[in-house]
Amino acid sequence: MKIEIIVNGVVYREETSPDQRLLDFLRDDLGLKGTKKGCDQGECGACSVLLNGKVVNSCLILMAQVPERSEIETIESSDSLILSLQESFIENGAAQCGACTPGMIMASSALLREKPDANLNEIREGLSGVICRCTGYQKIFDAIKDTQRGLVQK
Amino acid sequence: MVIGKPLPRKDARLKVKGEAQYIYDLSFPDEHFLAVVRSPHAHARIKKIKIDNEKAKQLGATIGTAKEIPGKNIVHVILDDWPLLAENVVRHVGEPVAIVVAKNPKNAKKAISAVHVEYEKLPELFDPTEAKDHSSIHIYGDNNIVSYWQQRKGDINKGFEEADIIVEGEYRTPAQEHAYIETQGCIAVPLGHDEITVYGSMQCPFYVQRAVADILGYPWSKVTIIQTTTGGAFGGKEDQPNQLASLVALGAYLTRKPVKYILSREEDIENTSKRHPAIIRMKTGASKDGVLTAVQVEHLMNSGAYATLTPAVLYRGCLHAVGPYRCPNVDVQSYAIATNLVPFGAFRGFGSPQVLFACEEQMDRIAAELNIDPIEFRERNLIKQGDTASFGQIIDNSVGMLETLKQAKKKSDWENKWKPAPDFNYVMEESKRGNYKWSGIGISTIFYGVGLGSAGKQLSRTGSYVQLEPDGSVRFAVGTTEIGQGMITVLSQIVASELGINYSKVNMMPVDTSRVPDSGPTVASRATTFSGRSLQNACQQIRSLMFEIIAPHLESDSCNLQIEGNYIISTSSEKKILVEDAIEIMYQERGQVAKAGWDVAPPTDYDNEKGQGNPYAIYAWCSNIAEVEVDTQTGTVLIKNIWAAHDVGRAINPQTLKGQIEGGTLQGVGYGRYEEIIFTPEGGILSNNLGTYLVPTTKDTPNIQSIIVEDPWKSGPYGAKGIGEQPLMGIAPAITNAIYNAIGVRISEIPATPERVWQAIQDKLQEEPE
Repeated sequence: MKIEIIVNGVVYREETSPDQRLLDFLRDDLGLKGTKKGCDQGECGACSVLLNGKVVNSCLILMAQVPERSEIETIESSDSLILSLQESFIENGAAQCGACTPGMIMASSALLREKPDANLNEIREGLSGVICRCTGYQKIFDAIKDTQRGLVQK
Repeated sequence: MVIGKPLPRKDARLKVKGEAQYIYDLSFPDEHFLAVVRSPHAHARIKKIKIDNEKAKQLGATIGTAKEIPGKNIVHVILDDWPLLAENVVRHVGEPVAIVVAKNPKNAKKAISAVHVEYEKLPELFDPTEAKDHSSIHIYGDNNIVSYWQQRKGDINKGFEEADIIVEGEYRTPAQEHAYIETQGCIAVPLGHDEITVYGSMQCPFYVQRAVADILGYPWSKVTIIQTTTGGAFGGKEDQPNQLASLVALGAYLTRKPVKYILSREEDIENTSKRHPAIIRMKTGASKDGVLTAVQVEHLMNSGAYATLTPAVLYRGCLHAVGPYRCPNVDVQSYAIATNLVPFGAFRGFGSPQVLFACEEQMDRIAAELNIDPIEFRERNLIKQGDTASFGQIIDNSVGMLETLKQAKKKSDWENKWKPAPDFNYVMEESKRGNYKWSGIGISTIFYGVGLGSAGKQLSRTGSYVQLEPDGSVRFAVGTTEIGQGMITVLSQIVASELGINYSKVNMMPVDTSRVPDSGPTVASRATTFSGRSLQNACQQIRSLMFEIIAPHLESDSCNLQIEGNYIISTSSEKKILVEDAIEIMYQERGQVAKAGWDVAPPTDYDNEKGQGNPYAIYAWCSNIAEVEVDTQTGTVLIKNIWAAHDVGRAINPQTLKGQIEGGTLQGVGYGRYEEIIFTPEGGILSNNLGTYLVPTTKDTPNIQSIIVEDPWKSGPYGAKGIGEQPLMGIAPAITNAIYNAIGVRISEIPATPERVWQAIQDKLQEEPE
């Protein structure tokens, strides 16, 4: 099948098969290897990307399920919220092994877009689909709170 | 001063941008893919292996069995009992029997069915109690005892005679899965039949170098191992990559093509090592004023089908069994027993979390029996500077134990929060009235022998290499690995400080076995400390070279030069020069600009016949306090707060250090409260993905307060001792002690899942009818 799709603001017209996973389409066909993977079952959240503004596990989405002219955002995006989350993650030491980090940042960006002033409980709820095995999450919470402060200042 | 600063991690930007290259991000031209034919049985004789050549040919597959291994069919770890591919007998479900290599993963998987293995089932053993000294079923040697260690001190019978109170308990701990987010994987790239390079996600490239060389029969100097960005390890990528790299290396040898093998999550959980399950029986005696008189431990660890790292894991378990306490009479008997389960191996804490759970439960039970505040009871027994440990070593420096306890106590407001556990019948009465939720607070105090210790001392040396660049930057190499813990960052801080070069201009090269000599493994919380010492050695040599060339420029004698900030200054002429400018001069004057460093760890010894010795060069100390809420109706335990106070000697980078404390603490929460591998009755693994093996999420993590105590080690780089493992080790008992403090019920088996806590409540109801 042919699909027209907008990834990080760039329009792609690609040949794909309906049963190809969005994760493999992004990584193998478009060469966007920033999206990571950890379980291929939608359990770890490392492959989280935004599909029309909603956070999804790209390992669970087949290309047949992706509507024509969908907008997808990945960790390679230059969206200002994603950029400021990346800076806060660096500043706060929120990345250790880094395997969950792109997924965690994508999930954080979806959360803050919907709820810029999310409190700690809402942050916990919003990120509960991405597993981090290294940090104990404390520094990730710090990074998100830092990003929120930046949003208020703007 | 660059030491002690929370500088941003060196690898952070690559990682937050998604640019770090993990093994599954790497590809080589004409790469082929590997699949493994694995045993479906826990214990069986291989009667025949028949290859369907026609089918293999159709799929373009190359098949390798034990017969095709050009070198030795042994994956070397410690005892040389582990075959790469089973030849006569399979000893656990999932044991590799053959490899299949094809052009794409689909064909490789399909070609598995071209290998027909005929088995004859043998009787199996899964329980170490049953397997020990079994008369007819022999999995390891003739008694299934893989390893034995002991501690002995004083007269154990006299110790119990002198006790006013004796507490006995039996404790069980589960197999724990590392659940690193990046599954394991390797790629072998051959240079014809002559040389091989293996890339992979791993902790210990030098282990892998030897394993691959042995399997292929190549000289070590023809085998190069390059570590790729490693997405978490926690001990799980210590020994297992020896096997995985050897499998791809064999595939590459047979096909002369690059061969890739990335494990699926299920394949990874089912077939790679985990924390050893253990059974610990412990008997502790104390006087009525709360002083320990005797500790006796029977310690049985399930080793699984092969020894892998078990002897070293058991050593650490044995030596940590009495905890950080003085005790005149000690008898610890530790056995590791082979069973027909997947081989168990290294996991953060390395044999110590099991015994420390038992030890800290016992301490809490005695304190409760004696009606003493559990902190006060510990204070009466904890090791202070100059005391002798249970294994006979005089602990003479860097003993921050009591300071961690003091700080954890203060920060948690223990004084106001702790009161004796409520009467169980009262809790049940109140529960009937609808008061289900009970709060409690619990403590553990633990210690950790840093580094490999006496059992691994032959590996305890580290190389390094430091090279100045003409632009005033510096590159360095070490043989230990970055696995997420922050090693690149802290070692860069050490080099920056030693040479007076800005942190931003110090860069570490990827770990590659051809850059420095065998530096031992990245385990035992040793990377910062021992690669740090080696880098200090290299930098000291470079400083001498630099001072010699620069001295005339500063009209000074080289012995009067020193580095201060970014300058070399002369204490005699008071002239100075930027280090950057000095390096330029060195290049102009054709001076030597690179040096190799070397470090040998301080001496250790242990006499297992006597059960006494100096098993580790230095110890780290830690106090954990946990605050929980227990629901008596469902058995659910909510962990609200944890205060984790650690004496680390010196915090080179407080931010990465706290990251280690917080992450390790949450893995400890997992161990104590959530995580457990469930085996099938046939010896397979039921909880084989992250939907059935539950690790803590953002919703499960307590507020973790990390507290850093710095009691410097005289031989550590800037006083540092290491932090990797301690944060996990004492969390489980702090939680179970808090559960007791909340509802008056003891937990003897972890994890404290709702089912298990609920069952413990029911058992106690049976025990104590109203």
